[in-house]
Amino acid sequence: MTRQEWPLYEVFIRSRSGLSHRHAGSVHAADDEMALNNARDTYTRRSEGVSIWVVRSDRIVASDPAETSAFFDPAEDKIYRHPTFYDIPDEVENL
Amino acid sequence: MYTQGLDQAGKSGPDTREAETATQLDAFQARIDAEEKIEAKDWMPEAYRRTLIRQISQHAHSEIIGMQPEGNWLTRAPTMKRKAILLAKVQDEAGHGLYLYSAAETLGVSRDEMVGELLSGKAKYSSIFNYPTLTWADIGAIGWLVDGAAIMNQIPLCRCSYGPYSRAMVRVCKEESFHQRQGYELMLTLCRGTEEQKAMAQDALNRFWWPALMMFGPNDAASSHSAQSMAWKIKRFSNDELRQKFIDVTVPQAEFLGLSVPDEALWFNEDTGHYEHSDIDWQEFFDVISGNGPCNRQRLAKRRKAQDDGAWVREAARAYADKKAAAEAAA
Ligand SMILES: [Fe+2]
Ligand SMILES: [Fe+2]
Ligand SMILES: [Fe+2]
Repeated sequence: MTRQEWPLYEVFIRSRSGLSHRHAGSVHAADDEMALNNARDTYTRRSEGVSIWVVRSDRIVASDPAETSAFFDPAEDKIYRHPTFYDIPDEVENL
Repeated sequence: MYTQGLDQAGKSGPDTREAETATQLDAFQARIDAEEKIEAKDWMPEAYRRTLIRQISQHAHSEIIGMQPEGNWLTRAPTMKRKAILLAKVQDEAGHGLYLYSAAETLGVSRDEMVGELLSGKAKYSSIFNYPTLTWADIGAIGWLVDGAAIMNQIPLCRCSYGPYSRAMVRVCKEESFHQRQGYELMLTLCRGTEEQKAMAQDALNRFWWPALMMFGPNDAASSHSAQSMAWKIKRFSNDELRQKFIDVTVPQAEFLGLSVPDEALWFNEDTGHYEHSDIDWQEFFDVISGNGPCNRQRLAKRRKAQDDGAWVREAARAYADKKAAAEAAA
């Protein structure tokens, strides 16, 4: 018997309106439509969602964990991007 | 638990990766010690990866095989309500298997490889699912004791150092509580019923008590790679600690039902605040885990048949997807 695995999809669920979709896990499916149905059956058996996104896992572009510090480095020395960088006298209110 | 840890870590296949340096290993352990979660693509020692693949896939297989003993009673549940409950529980177990397979896949093993190892008999699953469900009361005993023991083990796994596994366990634990409660309630109903019903509940407890205690795996002294799993924070409590916790909470629940735990020597030690119990029959445990329990052959045969019977569906879905993709490409 030839075994050919169905592609893997990542599943994102919006638990209620007003919130972002959040990664829930993954499912295998032959096509997009089946991926949606499988994601519903696997991850929302107790009404955990009002909206589901599925995306083929091999289509996701991700940053490299080995390069994390180099990749995020440009943000590290820009402390003036934070409000606490600025000294404002106590007498000044609502600022 | 569902991964009773009997085969050795890291014995499968030669390590072809470049050597792991002491610096890498130290940095990794430092992250673990700082309670940082390890994520899928992070650097990790090969032995950590293999231990997790083994543990998570065994856990997944247990959820999948675990549907069979309960599935046995689906068409014979005494009421529509009980049938709907049991069906929902069995569906949850399928879901647990799927969450766990997908967590294991993040470590670079394919679903097909894992399923193949289960079907070939190479992979292990929890010994508990090789016992038969002879009466309806067994469904109550399983929910109460088997899911109860599972919860005991799975709650600390929610804090496991490997992110995808810990997140899968959080999801699983949310669902397990219903499993245990419906089982206990079923037992309670039988115990408040006729003499025969109560006797049936007692018989189920008699048969499931010891196998449930075995779910926690061998005694600490005989448990080969517990120490490493503890250091990696995959495991947080030892087998014996978890087993003791389980006994301490479960004995009073049995008393409430008016049932007796099948252990003549069981007594409550006021000084330690724990129950003391007889020795477990480890020979039985090793027999069951090595394939010679009452139902091992039947469980695997049924799983293989389901896989084979579904082959044409998987192939048809594949062919349909390919055809649709080709049509879209041409349009
Ligand atoms: Fe489960
Ligand atoms: Fe479980
Ligand atoms: Fe369960």
